[in-house]
Amino acid sequence: MAIIHLQVNKQAISQDVPDQTLLVELLRDTLGLTGTHTGCDTTQCGCCVVLVDGVSVKSCTVLAAGIQGSQVTTVEGLSSGTQLHPIQEAFMEHHALQCGFCTPGMMMSALDLIQRHHQPLTPELVRSEMEGNLCRCTGYHNIVKAIVSASEKMHAANLASTAPQVSA
Amino acid sequence: MNPITFHKPQTLRDASDLFTQLDNAAFVSGGHTLLPSMKQGFAAPDHLIDLNQIPGNAQISIDSGCLTIGAMARHVDVASSTIVKNAIPALAGLAGSIGDRQVRQRGTIGGSVANNDPAADYPSAVLGLGATVITTQREILADDFFVSLFETALRPGEIITAVRFPVPKSAGYAKFKSPAARYPQAGVFIALFELSIRVAVTGAGASGVFRLTQLEQLLAKQFDSAAAQSLEIDTKELLSDLYATQDYRANLVKIMAGRAIAHMGQASVFK
Repeated sequence: MAIIHLQVNKQAISQDVPDQTLLVELLRDTLGLTGTHTGCDTTQCGCCVVLVDGVSVKSCTVLAAGIQGSQVTTVEGLSSGTQLHPIQEAFMEHHALQCGFCTPGMMMSALDLIQRHHQPLTPELVRSEMEGNLCRCTGYHNIVKAIVSASEKMHAANLASTAPQVSA
Repeated sequence: MNPITFHKPQTLRDASDLFTQLDNAAFVSGGHTLLPSMKQGFAAPDHLIDLNQIPGNAQISIDSGCLTIGAMARHVDVASSTIVKNAIPALAGLAGSIGDRQVRQRGTIGGSVANNDPAADYPSAVLGLGATVITTQREILADDFFVSLFETALRPGEIITAVRFPVPKSAGYAKFKSPAARYPQAGVFIALFELSIRVAVTGAGASGVFRLTQLEQLLAKQFDSAAAQSLEIDTKELLSDLYATQDYRANLVKIMAGRAIAHMGQASVFK
C-alpha cells in the first residue's frame, strides 16, 4: 500500500491504495469518476483514455503508483459547470456517438491530438492519430467530423494552446 | 492483478541492487507489455522496480557515424526526433508505427528490446542495423542479444541503458500489420551499408526476430526488389496462429521485403 497523491481535474487527492491499483481502477472504484470506461482492459480499445500531465494514456495500462504527483484530466474535467467543452459540443452537433461507451476515451484522445497541433486537423490525420480508439458501433465518420470541427473552433478561439492542461 | 510491491529507485545502481535483494522482481519502464502480461497471468512478479524515476536515460545523440538512443526514450520521442529522422528515417518511421498514439507515448525502446516480443517492431531495426545494446554491465552485439521468444542475453538484474545504431547509407522497413492487435504479422528491416547489407524479420519467426541471410546474399549481387521474389523461406521456422499460417507469413515476408527495398529511406505500413 502507498498513499497516492495526484491532482485529478484540478483537485488534490490522496488515497491509500494497493500498489497494483491501475489508474482506471483508482479513478472509477476509489474516486467514483465513472466517466472513464474499462472496455477491453488490454490496451487496445481506448475507452479508458485520460490525460496524465497533458499526455493521453490508456489508464488500464498505467499503475497509479507510477504516476505519483501527476495531473490527471478525465472526461469529468472537460466542462466548466454547465458549460460544455468545445469537443463535447462538437460530438453533440455531429452525432458522434451511438451507444456512447467509447465517447469519453475518444474525447480525451481528441483533446490531446488537438492540443498537439498548431492548426486545425485534417480528417486523414484524425483517422491515423485516433487509431488507438475503437468504436464498436463503427460511428467513425461522425467522430472524425466532430474532432475536425472541434479543432477548427478551438483554434479559432485560441483554446488549443500547447499548454498541457485543459484550458477551459 | 496479483498483489505487488512497487519500488522507485533513483539510480541504476539502486535498481540493480533491488533486483538482487528481492525475490521475483521485474523491471518496468513503459509497462505496455508487462502490465497486460500480468493481467493475463503470463507474468506474475511480486515486485516491480520502476525505471522511470532514474534521470538521464532518454537522450538521443549522434556521434561519429553512430546514433545512440537512451533506453527510456519513448516511441513518440524517437519518431519525432530530428536527429533520428535525419540519420535513419526508417527507424523514426518504425517508432512512429508502433501500436497507437497512446502506446507510443508510454512504451520505451529499452523495454521493447529487453522484452523481445516476437512481433515487436524494434528488434528488427536493432538486428537489421547491427546495433549494439548497452547495459549497466557491458555492450552486447545485436547478433548475440536476441536469444528466443521473450528471451535475450540479459542477465538477471542487468538493465539496458541505450542502443547504439551504426548509421547506414540507407534503410527501409515494411510491415503488414494485424488490424486488430496492431502488431506486425511480418515486418522486414533492410539496412544498406558501404560494405554490407543486413536484413532482419520480425513478427514471423517461431523463435522471434531473425536475420534473412539468403536475401542479404541476393541483394549483395543486385539490390533490387525482384530479389525478394526468388526467396525460398523455410516455413517450419515461422510462426503460425489463428490469423496467419506459416505459408501466409512466408509470403508476407517476401512481399514486405520487396516493398522495403522499393521504399528505402522510410517505414511503410500495410494493413
